[in-house]
Amino acid sequence: MLPISPTYLLYYLPLIVSISLVFGATRHENTHLILRHALGTARWITGFMAIIFVILYGIGWMI
Amino acid sequence: MRVDESSVIEVDGQHVDLRNRALAAFLAWLVPGAGHFYQRRYAKGSLFVVCILATWVLGFALGGGHVVYASFAPGDVRWHYVLQAGVGAAALPALVQGNHMRVNTDPVTGQTRRGYEPWFGGFMAPPDRPVLDDNADEVSAWYARHGAGYEMGSWYTMIAGLLNILVIYDAYAGPLAVPISGRKKEPGDKDEKDDPANPNPNDA
Repeated sequence: MLPISPTYLLYYLPLIVSISLVFGATRHENTHLILRHALGTARWITGFMAIIFVILYGIGWMI
Repeated sequence: MRVDESSVIEVDGQHVDLRNRALAAFLAWLVPGAGHFYQRRYAKGSLFVVCILATWVLGFALGGGHVVYASFAPGDVRWHYVLQAGVGAAALPALVQGNHMRVNTDPVTGQTRRGYEPWFGGFMAPPDRPVLDDNADEVSAWYARHGAGYEMGSWYTMIAGLLNILVIYDAYAGPLAVPISGRKKEPGDKDEKDDPANPNPNDA
């Protein structure tokens, strides 16, 4: 199981929304492109963190 | 109204007048999004002010209002403040409080003088001196009281400050170049920079 309460993961939500939107908006002027970029950034960061989580979880399981 | 052509750029097929870039950058630092309002980029300005200030205020609240303070005293070098100050005016009271604490700290003993009272009810005030690594002090009391919120609050406020640096750049020079996408350049491709039909090759 996770060593911390899953509610701690809620800290992630406002950050990912804010970071993704600002990243998108500092690369485009068009609203549609901003939202598309933000979605891509959120997906990329979430995927990256998920991979790191799985690796650390696997290491934790083995030791 | 006359428009200075040298301040106009084209992004995503839209013409953007950056107006006085230095002033816009300064306003963007002072209040996130203000530079964009000055440039009449209202949608982006609104997005920045909401996202960045909301992140900053949320972090400030999570940390019980103690995560933003300016202190560069031995034992309590608050390097976080350098990043937190990226949001401009919202972080400036900490400088006033930091200086107030500095003049009320004994330079020999490093202790806060008796009778010291922080201004504004302690808003953004540094902890009482001394702050020691291995002793209970006011910083450890804040950690104990707010737990993970203190740590996360520090991160939220720092990230908000860092995000505003991107916003300042956007106000000064327009949107950043889009990173190279997954599409690899083929040997037969034209050099996109020379393609007059596509002024924004990265958005292709």
